[in-house]
Amino acid sequence: MIVLSSDNIRIAKELDMVLFRNRLKEYAVKIGMGLVNQTKLITAASELSRNMLRYAGEGTALIEIVNGQRQNGVRVTFSDKGPGISNIEQAMKDGFSTGKSLGLGLPGAKRLVSEFDIKSTVGKGTTITITKWKNG
Amino acid sequence: MDKIPILKIGHFLMVAIQVDLYDRLALNLESDLVQAVSKTGARGVLIDISAVSIVDSFMGRILGNIAGMSKILDAETVIVGMQPAVAITLVELGLPLKGVQTALNVEKGMELLQQKIQVTEEEEPEE
Amino acid sequence: MKLDTAKILQKRKKQILELWMKNQLVDFSLREDLMSNEELTVQSEELVDVLLQALSDVNLDDIHSIALTPVHEALEGISISRAKQGYSPRETGTFVFSLKDALLSILQQEIKNDPVQLLEESLKISKLIDSLGIVTFETFIKGREEVILRQTDEIAEISTPVIRVWDGVVAMPIIGTLDSARTQVVMESLLQEIVDTSSNIAILDISGVPAVDSLVAQHLIKTVSATRLMGAECIISGIRPEIAQTIVHLGIDLSGIITKATLASALRHAYSLLQLEVRKSAVK
Repeated sequence: MIVLSSDNIRIAKELDMVLFRNRLKEYAVKIGMGLVNQTKLITAASELSRNMLRYAGEGTALIEIVNGQRQNGVRVTFSDKGPGISNIEQAMKDGFSTGKSLGLGLPGAKRLVSEFDIKSTVGKGTTITITKWKNG
Repeated sequence: MDKIPILKIGHFLMVAIQVDLYDRLALNLESDLVQAVSKTGARGVLIDISAVSIVDSFMGRILGNIAGMSKILDAETVIVGMQPAVAITLVELGLPLKGVQTALNVEKGMELLQQKIQVTEEEEPEE
Repeated sequence: MKLDTAKILQKRKKQILELWMKNQLVDFSLREDLMSNEELTVQSEELVDVLLQALSDVNLDDIHSIALTPVHEALEGISISRAKQGYSPRETGTFVFSLKDALLSILQQEIKNDPVQLLEESLKISKLIDSLGIVTFETFIKGREEVILRQTDEIAEISTPVIRVWDGVVAMPIIGTLDSARTQVVMESLLQEIVDTSSNIAILDISGVPAVDSLVAQHLIKTVSATRLMGAECIISGIRPEIAQTIVHLGIDLSGIITKATLASALRHAYSLLQLEVRKSAVK
């Protein structure tokens, strides 16, 4: 994968999420992503940025335009230094939540994007990378 | 602090969400609406989301909450104007918005509310 | 004294082109139906021009040199246009490789006294043209892939028409296999049409879908759910008996969905939902 351009956004309060979603939309529009895929990407990113805010307090979201699989795509990497996830397998299941949510955040976000990768160390933090291809 | 205006039209309350919702704003809308239903004794709530481009699980939960809370206060809730891309995304996300009535646009939403209220309360005099 | 191959070839450019053209014109793979001889001459001349120009700036040993970029670009252009015109890979390959014969025979005439040098220079030329051949094939395939991608898009477009069958009723016949990419296109155009026409009912006719497995069923259920989220109803019609059989055998639950055997009965159901009645008009 080749990175064509990127932007790093700090998410520490709710209004940062609005800014981040707008910036993400700009990137998706820039590569000519269709409306449905844009909506899926931004919705997934919205879930993940809220998780980050809720469980880690703050974190960063790196937006990149990448090239691979013969098309362009948008990749977002969420990194936080929060408590981490002790049981990723369980967290990826529909309806599981340690907070007071619907428990759709992680598994739902995964269904909305083309590629989903999660790495987490308890006490160190969590990094989640999602990629949505232009036609993916 | 932004606030979403709530309009009273006859027996109904109407809300048109025209701005990007962040979580605080959505939570405020929830409590404002429930207060308004209780205060006005409204029989129906119409929420127009045609200008909303993103509905994630949090926002979905708020919409469900509003419908549930209004129901307890004896008011029906109809969500109108959902964009196709939002509907497709919600289905993929796994959020069926159970217990929430939907209609294509404000006009059809009003019709639906009127029907619902007539069904539940035949004895009310015609206006 | 070191012999300058590039200069020699530059000097004999005219003969190289003549020889190359002769080689091409006698070849049985010449496609006069796709390109006139004049056009072919122009194309060949262009390529020889850039090639010889590049050779004067470049060390022949280095086939990856950036000085060769214009040559690659010219070749890519030729190759892509040939792929789109319908040339076979062999024909396109022959076009480039026949240039090698021309270059080598000129070289042979020029350096006939020194076999060692002739061999050395011939090998270099040979290697260069081989690498150009690879570039040609790569871009040829890329050109073909572009054609395929365009056709795929076209098929996706034309295979999902939405028909307004009545005021407030839209129908969409699905022909062919329903995969997840296609489902998204289907959903998108169906839902958009529902919004545009403010229709309360959508009919999805699957008579043209060859088989329904659990994945396809899931896609249908998703489409129905999305339609309902918008505030409209979705009826699935055109369910053939064998499809009904597989659905039950696979244990797929379609109980939450209105299904009808034919488009006609779906339409009848739509009428009853809209409280409409179809009657024969009284004979006058």
